[in-house]
Amino acid sequence: MVNWSQHLPVLQVIIPMLCAPLVALLQPRSFAWFAATATSLFAFVIAIMITTGVFAGQDYSYNMGSWPAPYGIELGVDAFSAILLLIVTGASALALLAGRSSLDTDIETDRQPFFYAAWLLALAGMSGILVSADAFNIFVFMEISALASYVLVASGGDRRALPAVFKYLIMGTIGATFYLIGIGLIYLMTGTLNLADMELRIHEVADQKPILVAAGFITIGLALKAAVFPLHMWLPNTYTYAPTIVTVFLAACSTKVSLYLLLRFDFFVFQPNLVNHDIQFSYYLMPLAVLAILIASAVALFEQNLKRMLAYSSVAQIGYIMLGASLVSLTGLTAGIVHMFNHALAKGTLFLAVACLATRIPEFRLSDVSGAARDMPWTMGAFVVGGLSLIGIPGTAGFISKWYLISAALGEGIIGIALVAVIVVSSLMALAYIWRVIEIAYFRTPKNSAVTLREAPPVLLAATWTAALANIYFGLVPSLPVSLSSSAAETLMRHVP
Amino acid sequence: MNASNAILIAIALPCIGAPCIALVGRISANLREAVTLVTAIALIWIVWGMLPELLAGGRPSSLLAEVVPGIEIAFRVEPLGMLFAMLASGLWLINSIYSIGYMRGNREPDQTRFYFFFAIAIASTIGVAFSANLFTLFLFYELLTLSTYPLVAHKRNAKTMRSARVYLGILLTTSIGLLLPAIIWTYRVAGSGDFTPGGVLQGKLEGPAIGLLLGLFIFGIGKAAIMPVHRWLPAVMVAPTPVSALLHAVAVVKAGVFTITKIIIYIFGIDFLAAEPSGAWLLYIAAFTIIAASVVALRQQNLKRLLAYSTIAQLSYVVMATAILKPLAVMGAATHMVSHAFGKITLFFAVGAIYTASKKTEIHELRGIGRRMPWTMAAFTIGAFSMIGVPPTGGFVSKWYIFAGAIEADNYVAIATIILSTVLNAAYFLPILFLVWFAHDESPTAKEHGEAPFAAVLALTITAGLTLALFFFNGPVLELAAQLVRSSP
Repeated sequence: MVNWSQHLPVLQVIIPMLCAPLVALLQPRSFAWFAATATSLFAFVIAIMITTGVFAGQDYSYNMGSWPAPYGIELGVDAFSAILLLIVTGASALALLAGRSSLDTDIETDRQPFFYAAWLLALAGMSGILVSADAFNIFVFMEISALASYVLVASGGDRRALPAVFKYLIMGTIGATFYLIGIGLIYLMTGTLNLADMELRIHEVADQKPILVAAGFITIGLALKAAVFPLHMWLPNTYTYAPTIVTVFLAACSTKVSLYLLLRFDFFVFQPNLVNHDIQFSYYLMPLAVLAILIASAVALFEQNLKRMLAYSSVAQIGYIMLGASLVSLTGLTAGIVHMFNHALAKGTLFLAVACLATRIPEFRLSDVSGAARDMPWTMGAFVVGGLSLIGIPGTAGFISKWYLISAALGEGIIGIALVAVIVVSSLMALAYIWRVIEIAYFRTPKNSAVTLREAPPVLLAATWTAALANIYFGLVPSLPVSLSSSAAETLMRHVP
Repeated sequence: MNASNAILIAIALPCIGAPCIALVGRISANLREAVTLVTAIALIWIVWGMLPELLAGGRPSSLLAEVVPGIEIAFRVEPLGMLFAMLASGLWLINSIYSIGYMRGNREPDQTRFYFFFAIAIASTIGVAFSANLFTLFLFYELLTLSTYPLVAHKRNAKTMRSARVYLGILLTTSIGLLLPAIIWTYRVAGSGDFTPGGVLQGKLEGPAIGLLLGLFIFGIGKAAIMPVHRWLPAVMVAPTPVSALLHAVAVVKAGVFTITKIIIYIFGIDFLAAEPSGAWLLYIAAFTIIAASVVALRQQNLKRLLAYSTIAQLSYVVMATAILKPLAVMGAATHMVSHAFGKITLFFAVGAIYTASKKTEIHELRGIGRRMPWTMAAFTIGAFSMIGVPPTGGFVSKWYIFAGAIEADNYVAIATIILSTVLNAAYFLPILFLVWFAHDESPTAKEHGEAPFAAVLALTITAGLTLALFFFNGPVLELAAQLVRSSP
């Protein structure tokens, strides 16, 4: 009997990928947005169905072209991929739904079909990384999503995006190449590209130098793509000068997909086989995570550009995710993964609010938003909610991550107390940099107080508030992300000896 | 209506009232204030309606949601919370009457926003009062901080913004930095943060760790204004007086000492803490705060700042009384929450009335003002007597119990502190009373004035009456306080 739901993982990738060229060719031009949004929404529905299936305990391994696993390409979905699929497709759908007016101002009409095609390719690439169980296949999807992202970032009218995207391109290529070198070495030693097969076969050659070198290349390459401190240099300007709706999409998911891959590769292949790998993993990542959290928050504290401030905050938040993961414990991983979800919500809301501001205010220096709350109360209201979530105020999604992260840290003894101090200090720094914006927007008199700004377009505003309310909903009823994360953490921890 | 629904309705009511206030505020100011008053009356009806069940020994509870397994948003009414909720809801009504007089009398801007956030703050206060566990309490505690921020920053000028920043900075820093780790630590070691008679930490934690955890809690609860985290309280005196009166003499600060009392009784457990020497420092720091704040109050020239420092001292009375860890003293702590609320709100109302009528804010300007504003200053006198603890005021009753508890415990530090602070209280209030009633106003005042607007005078007369009434008719308050002690054997 053919069970159609078995095909969901492949549909998740293939639909946006096939729709991309169609969108590029569509006439009339204005139809492109509609097609891309519909495709993206459909992808979101598939992700929801996959998640329901994962909850029901369905096994989603899928052999492409019916070639059996180690020889053909295998797809597989578990709780970890499911939560990331939800983030990626959800962010894409919401950003596209919200962003029509904003994108119309940012991107020339002629180029729009290509822009939406690139968007769908990026979506397909990221989904592909998430459903694939084959190391080389993942590399291909990684390149698809990366190339498409470069196009997205560069497609705005702002010429400052070009040097930013060039840096992004160079760094991204180095990261991908490192990853490719790593899997090449592993293929050399084991003769397989299938992750599950690799886990079994690598055991026999685990003490050989090439495997250790491969582990180094893969970890660093993926850390570069995930903007783990100090390899984050490409991120701030990319986020700052990309069209804001693109920033919403990228900030919510692009680095998280790389983090996902880093964790999955490390825990599935290296943790069970390399001697003392869990300790090395902690020793390598924990200091970097702590530095990311403290230094990036401090930079955000002094940043004068609103978008760049939020970008540095993202670097710090990636540090939180890494901190949770680097504890190599069940609660720690749960905290890290649940923070992927919650940070996507919080940062998505903040960047959507920025997109609302962008429809009325040309630049993003902090002084440009002074008094914005007078004329755009709904926009700034959503910004406040997103900001509270980022700080981790109870009742918002961000608080759930903080709760798990602090619980996980307290389980680590003396180091844990120091980590709690780091988390607390950086939360307070987040409070300071978010509140700075709130004070400027609410209490300063507008620069040009004679001009009354109009509130952002209703569709964009509705999407922003959907995201803002999701922050509150998942702060009070977090069972969905928490159960997915803890089941993902269990899967990962099963591979740790 | 059953009681567990009543809890949820009590929290939801002001939350529903708030958007209504915002909506009708555009139409008419009278309608807006009517909505506030109706909501306040309905809230009193709901909250006070639970009293008979509670006095009969019932403990209504309600589970709203399970956030993650083991961590719930749940409510449970117990005597201390009931006392606090009754206090907050009852005084909200009186304060709303007063606000109408004050805000109109001073032509304050953005009054709709004022009433809106006031309602949200009251909802958070009720939430704090009825919380069944640490998690829920923390949720509403933070909401209370955030919802009062716009009230403090009401005037929106540079000075107000600085003060509001101090307010938010100190309260959020302490709560995120110290209280949250303490709560998570408690959940980790005890497996639960439910407020349980007798405490949950018995046998789960020992030695200096107890003192450390207590420290995280005490200094994490910045709202209790224990020194050295008291700096926000004088700063927020820039807010309109109704805010200072209800929030910074009753709701916010009482939420602080209420939380401390609740944590000591229901998380640590009185007996557990009494047997543990590493927690003993609490009494000394509270005693120090009482004396130090009273000494600072002696030197204040501005009336509201003087009252702020007096509040800091009186809050530490509650903490010290709880830290004596004897049933009588704990009863005293609960009663003092009520008596101080009545007395201090009267004093703030009087100060606001003086400001509304004459724009005077400094003590030396008050010469002979008693003759111009006899009602206001009579109420002020009653409030001041209650602060000192002179019969027949409510302040005497609570001090009596605290004193009795201190003697029962043979705690000479506490006894000496009470005596010394009573002397200091008299030293800073009596000269003002003398100035008000017996000094002659030599320089002609800039503005001829009589009493403040009627609504303001009415409100402060009521609270002054309550201060006196608490001396004579304190049955239900003491009964609730006694139940609090009985339920923690």
